[in-house]
Amino acid sequence: MSNLQSAALPEQPVSPAGLRGKLPSLSGRYLWPLLGLFCLLAINLVLTPEFFHIEFNDGRFYGSLIDVLNRSAPVALLAIGMTLVIATGGIDLSVGATMAIAGAVCANLVVSGVDSVFVLLVAGLVAGLVAGAVNGGLVSILGIQPIVATLILMVAGRGIAQLINAGQIVTFQHAGFAFLGTGDFLGLPFPVVLVLIVFAAVQLLMRKTALGLFVESVGCNAGASHYLGINARAVKMLVYCIAGLCAALAGMISAADIQGSDANNAGLWLELDAILAVVIGGASLMGGRFSLVLSLVGVLVIQCLSTTIIMSGLPPKFNLLIKALVVIFVLLLQSPRFQAQMAALFKRVKKQPGRAA
Amino acid sequence: MTLLSLSKVEKRYPGVKALDGVDFHLREGEVHALLGENGAGKSTLVKVMTGALDGDAGTMTYLGKPLKLKSTAHAQSVGISTVYQEVNLLSNLSVAQNLYLGREPKKFGLIDWKRIHRQSRAVLERFALDIDVTQPLSNYSVAVQQLVAIARGVDMSAKVLVLDEPTASLDAGEVEQLFGVLRELKSKGIGIVFITHFLDQVYSVSDRITVLRNGTLVGEFETAQLPRKALVGHMLGKELQEAAHRSGTREARAAGEALLEAADVSVQGSLQPTSLTVNRGEAVGLAGLLGSGRTEVCKAVFGVDKVSSGKLTFKGSERRFRQPADAIAAGLALCPEDRKTSGIVGPLSIRENIALALQARRGWWHPMSRAEQQRLAERFIEELQIATPDADKPIEQLSGGNQQKVILARWLATEPELLVLDEPTRGVDIGAHAEILKLIKKLCSQGMSLLVTSSELEELVAFSDRVAVMRDRRKVAEIEAGDISEDTIMRAIAEA
Repeated sequence: MSNLQSAALPEQPVSPAGLRGKLPSLSGRYLWPLLGLFCLLAINLVLTPEFFHIEFNDGRFYGSLIDVLNRSAPVALLAIGMTLVIATGGIDLSVGATMAIAGAVCANLVVSGVDSVFVLLVAGLVAGLVAGAVNGGLVSILGIQPIVATLILMVAGRGIAQLINAGQIVTFQHAGFAFLGTGDFLGLPFPVVLVLIVFAAVQLLMRKTALGLFVESVGCNAGASHYLGINARAVKMLVYCIAGLCAALAGMISAADIQGSDANNAGLWLELDAILAVVIGGASLMGGRFSLVLSLVGVLVIQCLSTTIIMSGLPPKFNLLIKALVVIFVLLLQSPRFQAQMAALFKRVKKQPGRAA
Repeated sequence: MTLLSLSKVEKRYPGVKALDGVDFHLREGEVHALLGENGAGKSTLVKVMTGALDGDAGTMTYLGKPLKLKSTAHAQSVGISTVYQEVNLLSNLSVAQNLYLGREPKKFGLIDWKRIHRQSRAVLERFALDIDVTQPLSNYSVAVQQLVAIARGVDMSAKVLVLDEPTASLDAGEVEQLFGVLRELKSKGIGIVFITHFLDQVYSVSDRITVLRNGTLVGEFETAQLPRKALVGHMLGKELQEAAHRSGTREARAAGEALLEAADVSVQGSLQPTSLTVNRGEAVGLAGLLGSGRTEVCKAVFGVDKVSSGKLTFKGSERRFRQPADAIAAGLALCPEDRKTSGIVGPLSIRENIALALQARRGWWHPMSRAEQQRLAERFIEELQIATPDADKPIEQLSGGNQQKVILARWLATEPELLVLDEPTRGVDIGAHAEILKLIKKLCSQGMSLLVTSSELEELVAFSDRVAVMRDRRKVAEIEAGDISEDTIMRAIAEA
């Protein structure tokens, strides 16, 4: 009967989602995540005005806002890769473990006497690429469900990192490598600069070539994409590889920051923050349209929230709960169904002021 | 005695009447075939009689009393069981577990496995099935799984058994086994509703036939008194005019050299060895009922399905397309039958949907600029008269006909040498229907080579230079230009 349903399309009642699609698409998509971020900033403006205080010392900016950017760098890198993976209708649970692997690889190379930052970077990135290729292979060639395929590396990856570290926390001294996590460049912490570079590179790769269109097409309808000649396997392979590379960079930043590799804790649960950031950015876990900018806004929402809670003087034990509540609120705001229900509620209140009172 | 009867059943979906005052009567101890082409309303009728859908109007009488079904579970509890084409059992559980799922015999509050296994063997014995009931269902063939599903339905004291295309994935021997069971059930007074695309099977097992077309009842017939040709006529909505040949209606156009040659091409499980040639500048029609293998030919030619034997030659050299991308690179294009799952990329805009195939062929490194996409889209929106305010509207918000035009535009943009259209007018409104036909004729006159399937005979007659007729997953006839008429095609489809 599918043909009957498709024939029925013209008269289909316009759903709220359809209405939203009719609005200029950009403003509609950008509205809610940005609104969430501005709300958070506004709360800070009232509660802790010093949140916005920025000063310039020793050739570098300091302040809470800079701190938020700096701290959010690893998740921001993960979110860039995760955005693409989710756009194809997949998910990557293994990025936290990949961070641990890349960190362990670099730490052990430093300890064993490798001095070239370039070699360290390449080694870390290769580790991430291999991890991404394994995920991509499981998903695109073997056809395993992404959540299962990447769960394998999520668990095994941490084990691999522990093996590389021989079960120890490996610490090192290497000024050049430490720059990745603690250095600054053009007045900004280097991790922030790195995020900007990766964002620009991936954005160019997606929007200045046809890859972004292919990713969205595969995510919207993999079957139709196959029929019209897109190599969906290659596209999926690519996004998992990019996610692996981003995770490796995030892992190296973290390791450089603490000048050590802790296989048990490096990047622990960060994959969940990255997924959350992408979702707050308004992407559908079913795949389809994506926006790297919105995912980064999602990252900032999460990090701002943590910082706000700490600065507001609430005991840290409230941290996770408040975070969950805010996330639920932001997601509700974006749900077309919730918006429709709210709209209907307002209408009713307007119509029957007596009853509402 | 009438077991189940539905009268004046109506069901509308937004914009479409899926069932319009349909009557259906099932007697005790008969196999009643329910036939019709795509969109005839078979599935909707079955859903209404098994409680999966609520009819908008109409009444249902069961065992002499009016019945209002609340759910499929309700239907099952009163004795109406359904077995679907895709076996809806749990293949990782054992045969016996499946037979007694949700109604396990208990002993001291615990499941009585001994009894389940004993009873399961007894039940399956009636179906002449001697299998190990403790093995997982997935260890057995689809035919056995199908029989287990039927056994479950019957054992739950079914009086009415609805079989929705039970033979679609069975081979000849398995079909016979199934029919043996059906005949035995019939002799016990069970009424069986049988849906299939295979006319041979209709004649070998059914007692009566109900034919639907476009949501309305065409008629109820005794199988023995309905000649095959008349049945095909009813299904396609054409009355057979004996000896009224419209011959010589058209001249064959001067055909060029062979563009596509399929020599004994077969696909495992879906297409018997079939040979077919499309010459340059020729429009070849593919006729046949649903499930006859027309779609399978298109898919095999386009590299969607893996060709398991035979030789495919395109532009003079032998080709083996592993995926559609290979076929597209060679100069083919396919407008697929199922627009929703294989055609449109729903949330993307008209502009992007039109540009996609061309972009995919150029490769990711040679992106089309937005302006170029826009020019392409605007050109086709005007040429094909796609009804939309602008090119940025998501394609899923268009009507079926306009979606189809966008898909056509997508392929015309790649300037293919051979355009394969699988049911291009299916599920489109009447206005768009006419426009798409006009477009096909225009493409023909411009010398485009076409391979077009359709279940509308008048369409095929209107534009085909040659018609290949499919039946039972193989080509059974080819009709040359001078002989093409609705009549000749229908005869070829029906001939036993």
